[in-house]
Amino acid sequence: MSRISERQILMQGNEACAKGAIDAGVRFFAGYPITPSSEIAEILAHDLPSVGGKFIQMEDEIGSMAAVIGASLTGVKAMTATSGPGFSLKQENIGYAAMAEVPCLIVLVQRAGPSTGLPTSPAQGDAMQARWGTHGDHPVIVMAPASVRETYDLTLACVNWSEILRVPAILLMDEVVAHMRENVTLPDPRELDIHDRPGPTLPPGHPDFRPYLPGPDDVPPMAPFGQGYRYHVTGLHHDERGYPVHDGAVAGELGRRLLRKLERREADIARVEWVWGPGRGDRGPRPPDGWPSGRDATVVVSFGSTARSAEAACDLARSQGREAILLRLVTLWPFPDAAIVEAARKVAPGGEILVVEMNFGQVVREVARAAAGQARVRHFGYVSGQLIPPDEIAREIGGRGRTG
Amino acid sequence: MASLREMAAAPQLFAPGHRMCAGCGAPVVMRQVLSVAKKPVVVSCATGCLEVATTIYPYTAWRCSFIHNAFENSAATMSGVEAAYRSLKRQGKLKGEMLFLAVGGDGGTYDIGLQSLSGMLERGHRVVYLCYDNGAYMNTGIQRSSATPRGADTTTTPAGTESAGKRQPRKDLLAIVAAHHIPYAAQGSPSHWRDLTRKAEKAFEAGGPAFLNLLAPCPRGWRYDTAQTIELTRLAVETCFWPLLEIEHGRCKITYRPKQKKPLTDFLKAQGRFKHLFKDENKHLLEELQNEVDDNWKDLESRCGEPG
Repeated sequence: MSRISERQILMQGNEACAKGAIDAGVRFFAGYPITPSSEIAEILAHDLPSVGGKFIQMEDEIGSMAAVIGASLTGVKAMTATSGPGFSLKQENIGYAAMAEVPCLIVLVQRAGPSTGLPTSPAQGDAMQARWGTHGDHPVIVMAPASVRETYDLTLACVNWSEILRVPAILLMDEVVAHMRENVTLPDPRELDIHDRPGPTLPPGHPDFRPYLPGPDDVPPMAPFGQGYRYHVTGLHHDERGYPVHDGAVAGELGRRLLRKLERREADIARVEWVWGPGRGDRGPRPPDGWPSGRDATVVVSFGSTARSAEAACDLARSQGREAILLRLVTLWPFPDAAIVEAARKVAPGGEILVVEMNFGQVVREVARAAAGQARVRHFGYVSGQLIPPDEIAREIGGRGRTG
Repeated sequence: MASLREMAAAPQLFAPGHRMCAGCGAPVVMRQVLSVAKKPVVVSCATGCLEVATTIYPYTAWRCSFIHNAFENSAATMSGVEAAYRSLKRQGKLKGEMLFLAVGGDGGTYDIGLQSLSGMLERGHRVVYLCYDNGAYMNTGIQRSSATPRGADTTTTPAGTESAGKRQPRKDLLAIVAAHHIPYAAQGSPSHWRDLTRKAEKAFEAGGPAFLNLLAPCPRGWRYDTAQTIELTRLAVETCFWPLLEIEHGRCKITYRPKQKKPLTDFLKAQGRFKHLFKDENKHLLEELQNEVDDNWKDLESRCGEPG
């Protein structure tokens, strides 16, 4: 039996996330039970000790996020997993991680909100909270898987980018992706592209050591606690030594650098997938040349589990003679502006961009901003506790809709 | 004091037809406590089994005012309700006396709701806080809580070759609550219903914050036959795993002393969550757990004095 088939397995999204985290090198999990994310905690409670890792169930979501930050500062890749109400509680500490530049993965399995909401039916109402949940300008990476295999891949990608850039990364799942079971073939862990945080170039105790002195990529190398390095970690604006400052110029530059380190790599992080047919070859990072052939085409923009419905809807629309293509957002933040600009160019002036999401209009605002008036942008979506079925989306494609 | 027959015949504030699991201990303690409420009651519930299974729209099991807020804030929510009541009363807009009952499971009380509970107790709201303690996060799938007994198998403290279940002992919540120097705090069990309802009466009449920690077995999480719920709570008391006691204005009193203390294994062996403890390699743990119970009981006796 080959190694690949050994890794072929029927699993749910939450299992793939736990598996991906361990393969990415995560060795610490702190969390608190909440459906529909609890399986991730349960699996890691069972599996982490056998790879030398540590699982802690904390007293609440606030403590969970704080423990993740503490663990990460000692040099360990660390994560937590939660759903809407728990994600709300974690916000202050997520801001701290952004400010103190502590790599960490937060898995957010969305359920319908606000508040306790519809436990635990699917929704995509936390797209904006994932970006702007904590106060103040801050960097964050958000990726939204649409399948079990992609959950594995993006868990890995989130951990990698979080480590490379020292920013919190959020894996934005939803209940459908989390609990859906698919037959997946996982890659050989030895062949994975795993990245660790940049380490300090100076030995512990060196007089020139500056814990927050950025490298050429605007990311400061990260000294792990427990190996002799001593420095100050704070949520206050701080200088290169890590000490709090009120100097406007220093504070302003720190705020800019925190965003700039992400902007430098935006093109690499912000990924999309175009899907123009049902076949394996009918998808890629760019739309096919010559698309569209007519002046009345629709680009359907979607993400997460809704993108699966949207894909089927595009197939259906094409079979009925309408020109439709799916632009699936793999990364939500940094937002893939370039792909939206391309979509706008493709459909203008006769077509439109139809943004389908399981909420009352969130990502559509970003799409409209990026399209900058160059194409017509319309939202289709709602929250009912059920996936949006493909036929409903298909009716909107080329139909110019109820709101248009 | 009503007889059990009279209690069963009296109108229930907690209505049948809810969707708690067969054999769940929570509705039993809920009915026993509410059976002594002789004035209008406002109930708040933390997120948990009791909340979700009694309020499935368009139905409700509550024949009284009911408010659910979030997981961590049952006590804070009821603090607001009670403060509003006092204000309305002072303004003459509300007549008559009302009772306030904040409810949470052990997760919503021992863990995420502890800060909220502490605030309510310290500020002195005239609220009874009821914790139905089933010893884990049953609503989300049996994850450990700080009320989970040592040795229990849960989904986040899985028993197996490398682990014998939860390592830490239960948090002594009653002592923490009592340290707020509130008028009344007690621990009860539905098996000893007369003791429990008397404690509920005292709690409602305490004139300040009061606390009830009530054992509420979960057949799913404890893994036992659903018909054995009351029998299990009786075993918890008879083994001194769950002592019946009350702390009234700082004075601790054991309200029931087993005539002949049963071995802890009588309580443990009836439950699947402790099954692994009976394997040869875990026998020493059984001894440790028995010692823990014995030490706690001795400590309690020294605090409460000999039976008088």
